[in-house]
Amino acid sequence: MPTVKVNVFRGDASGGELKRYDVPTDPGMVVLDVVHRIQATQEPDLAVRWNCKAGKCGSCSAEINGLPKLMCMTRMDTFEEGEEITVTPVKTFPVIRDLVTDVSYNYEWAKTIPAFKPKPKEADGTRRMYQDDVERVQEFHKCIECFLCQDVCHVIRDHEEDKAGFAGPRYFVRLAALEMHPLDTNDRTELIRQKYGLGYCNITKCCTDVCPEHIHITDNAIIPLKERVVTSTYDPVGWALRRMRGKPATLAAGEPEPPSA
Amino acid sequence: MNDAVKRHEYDVVVIGAGGAGLRAAIEASAMGVRTALICKSLLGKAHTVMAEGGIAAALGNVWKEDNWKVHFRDTMRGGKLLNHWRMAQIHAQEAPDRVLELEEWGALFDRTKDGLILQRDFGGHRYARLAHVGDRTGLEMIRTLQDHAVHRGIDVFMETTMFRLLTEDGRVSGAIGYDRQKGELALFHAKAVVLATGGVGKAWKVTSNSWEYTGDGFAMALEAGAELIDMEMTQFHPTGMVWPTSVRGLLVTEGVRGDGGTLKNANGERFMFKYIPEFFKAETADNEAEADRWYEDKTNRRTPDLLPRDEVARAINAEVKAGRGSPHGGVFLDIASRRSAEYIKRRLPSMYHQFMQLAGVDITKEAMEIGPTLHYIMGGVRVDPDSTQSTVPGLFAAGEVAAGMHGANRLGGNSLSDLLVFGRRAGLYAAEYAKRLARMPLLDEQQVSRRSQEILAPLERRGGENPYALHAELTDTMQDLVGIIRTADELRQALTRIDSLRTRAARCAVASGRVYNPSWHLALDLRTMLLCSEAVTRSALLREESRGGHTRDDYPKPDPDWGKKNVVTRLRDGQVELRTASLPEAPSELRALLGEEKPSAKVAVPAGAE
Ligand SMILES: Cc1cc2nc3c(=O)[nH]c(=O)nc-3n(C[C@H](O)[C@H](O)[C@H](O)COP(=O)(O)OP(=O)(O)OC[C@H]3O[C@@H](n4cnc5c(N)ncnc54)[C@H](O)[C@@H]3O)c2cc1C
Ligand code: SF4
Ligand code: SF4
Ligand code: FES
Repeated sequence: MPTVKVNVFRGDASGGELKRYDVPTDPGMVVLDVVHRIQATQEPDLAVRWNCKAGKCGSCSAEINGLPKLMCMTRMDTFEEGEEITVTPVKTFPVIRDLVTDVSYNYEWAKTIPAFKPKPKEADGTRRMYQDDVERVQEFHKCIECFLCQDVCHVIRDHEEDKAGFAGPRYFVRLAALEMHPLDTNDRTELIRQKYGLGYCNITKCCTDVCPEHIHITDNAIIPLKERVVTSTYDPVGWALRRMRGKPATLAAGEPEPPSA
Repeated sequence: MNDAVKRHEYDVVVIGAGGAGLRAAIEASAMGVRTALICKSLLGKAHTVMAEGGIAAALGNVWKEDNWKVHFRDTMRGGKLLNHWRMAQIHAQEAPDRVLELEEWGALFDRTKDGLILQRDFGGHRYARLAHVGDRTGLEMIRTLQDHAVHRGIDVFMETTMFRLLTEDGRVSGAIGYDRQKGELALFHAKAVVLATGGVGKAWKVTSNSWEYTGDGFAMALEAGAELIDMEMTQFHPTGMVWPTSVRGLLVTEGVRGDGGTLKNANGERFMFKYIPEFFKAETADNEAEADRWYEDKTNRRTPDLLPRDEVARAINAEVKAGRGSPHGGVFLDIASRRSAEYIKRRLPSMYHQFMQLAGVDITKEAMEIGPTLHYIMGGVRVDPDSTQSTVPGLFAAGEVAAGMHGANRLGGNSLSDLLVFGRRAGLYAAEYAKRLARMPLLDEQQVSRRSQEILAPLERRGGENPYALHAELTDTMQDLVGIIRTADELRQALTRIDSLRTRAARCAVASGRVYNPSWHLALDLRTMLLCSEAVTRSALLREESRGGHTRDDYPKPDPDWGKKNVVTRLRDGQVELRTASLPEAPSELRALLGEEKPSAKVAVPAGAE
């Protein structure tokens, strides 16, 4: 059982510091196991969020050696032997305690997004959608709300003041999911431009790089949204018509087709 | 010490924000009553998010022969007929509407070639019946419900744990607990309360359940005067990961077998053919060729790999005991040699990643090592089958915390549908109850201050036991003595240990500080886990037969008399008290559906199946 040296941030809203722990490990352990072992044997009040331990719930986000990651999916054997490991809370959100941060920013944005509004059913009372049509939106539905993309995005990471005007990549994914949903009829284009701050995004792709669900946030969500916003600005009537006729099966000629995954 | 209590007032308070709680809150708020939703984690992180394989509903999209009657029959037979027939009936009848409703709220299920919702095979279901999204169905379901609830403007209290219910003259008046982020006490004064708190898997060592599953709802219901039934009925899912140790218990979806995977022992033998019980003989294939044909052609009998979970878990246990297990004490689950890599990655993407990242195993090339893991509890709060009201007026329960629907064993996919069907009913009837009440129930301030002190007590003790160490002892006890195979002797030993753990837990001391202090939270959760463990163990001791999720080595056969009885748990003067009650008998037209049958010869080929 090799013992690893782990530095963990301990503190709260008023500040804190890294504390060093020596932790014996077993084969196959992940960073979350190490944090739990510190909790059970050395620091009973070490605060950490987790639920599924399998990369499905998005609770255990943190920065491991400065990189935004899920603790439950980061295996200890991916580090060099003897390497010191540092675990800190995600930086973009205020610390509550230790590794737990206040992520209410995200839940507040979620409330503002206009709801899904389906078109009428088929004449036979069913909903018919084809696998090819749903697949690209299913990619967005894979989001586990770990908020790692929000953490890494420079627009809000270092600019508290910009948070009020920028929903962040997680919500661009959500908006794209709604806008490209084969049944949805709500039009959010104006809001996307004015309220959600899509314009601040300069397509650095940092969000895509950290997404544990491998969602192509920039290529498949942000860029198509940007194109839609531009198209609708110059051609509002055409945009409205296209939406009424349904999408994406009936994409009008000239409407940008999102790059495929 | 600051024992100020933050007070809120609502008509309906829903405790738990998994599928059941979300669905209940949506319905209550649609009924126009003031509704609050409370959960221990952040919104969207409840167990429901982890569900993989799918939602069972007789939509008939793949096999048009499927209908509620067949679903009812499968559910009852899977539950070894210990189910409350009326719940199984309502569930089978309403599940299709509840699934279609999710589509109206934006869910995107995988599709058939005709553009309808695709359904997959699962254990114990005669037809491919599970609506799904790859192997992340729970995520689709919880996010759809979460977004819908958010848009309805329901007040959500996240990271808030309820500790006890409050009552006035035997009926509900609210609940009290604490805000985990701030450490403040929180009181919800309410006309009606819906419990949707899930199960108690965290009392076992090898489990697919998260830290939230500490049985709070069972304990709160008991302490408020409600009854639980059949707490001995615990489901060990046959396929949990066994290696590496740190992921032991993590679930491997039954969808692996539904999509063609088979179980093998160390000799490469497909051993399930040796373990087909009399009860399922007529409908189960007894040779490999027929079993393999069944996936494509339902005129064949079903592969024994997809027998109900209790049967498969016991078979695996027996193979390991007989020395035919895998290197780390499980058996092999092989899909690699039976389906293409492309198919596996498309149908089971999260299983592929889970094994690749956590175990370094490529499931498209190698077999997985798997073994049983405590997964679900069929027992729980005794409810009225139509309204979901418990034996305490104003207290409703839905989802895993409620009992009756699944009998002695739950079929895969029947939980997600249960959450929707009975979650909706709980919200509906709780709202109606609240509307009927002429006035807010009165708060008993003595109760409030007593409960407040209990919540804060661990913070005031110094130099007591470590809650983490006590928790580890409890999980060892339940794992070793109240596992898949039980004996009276071991159950008695377990009771002695639980008793001494309870005394020690009452002295448990925690780190100071109220803000997000997990040692304090665990100390409080120990109380509920211990009470539930006692209820499970004593119920297991009382039921002297083997049925579904409850197997007694000293009573290895089902006993027809016990098959007509529920084990009822309640508290009297703070002590667990058991009795039996007779199981309601289904009307004759439903009983007629329950017999053994071979698959009918005129079953068509699946419409649009892959
Ligand atoms: C890995 C896994 C895979 C599964 N796959 C499937 C599947 O494919 N198909 C299927 O049908 N079933 C499946 N199940 C089972 C199913 O997911 C669960 O039974 C179901 O989600 C339980 O839902 P629920 O709404 O009852 O509770 P949960 O979703 O567990 O929610 C419980 C809620 O109660 C809250 N809570 C608990 N105690 C308190 C308290 N004291 N105060 C406040 N809030 C509290 C929690 O915070 C949480 O919000 C699976 C389960 C697991 C673990
Ligand atoms: S691509 Fe845009 S949203 Fe993503 S991290 Fe960069 S700036 Fe932020
Ligand atoms: S888009 Fe990816 S990184 Fe962002 S919250 Fe969702 S899963 Fe996490
Ligand atoms: S604990 Fe769920 S993603 Fe890590």
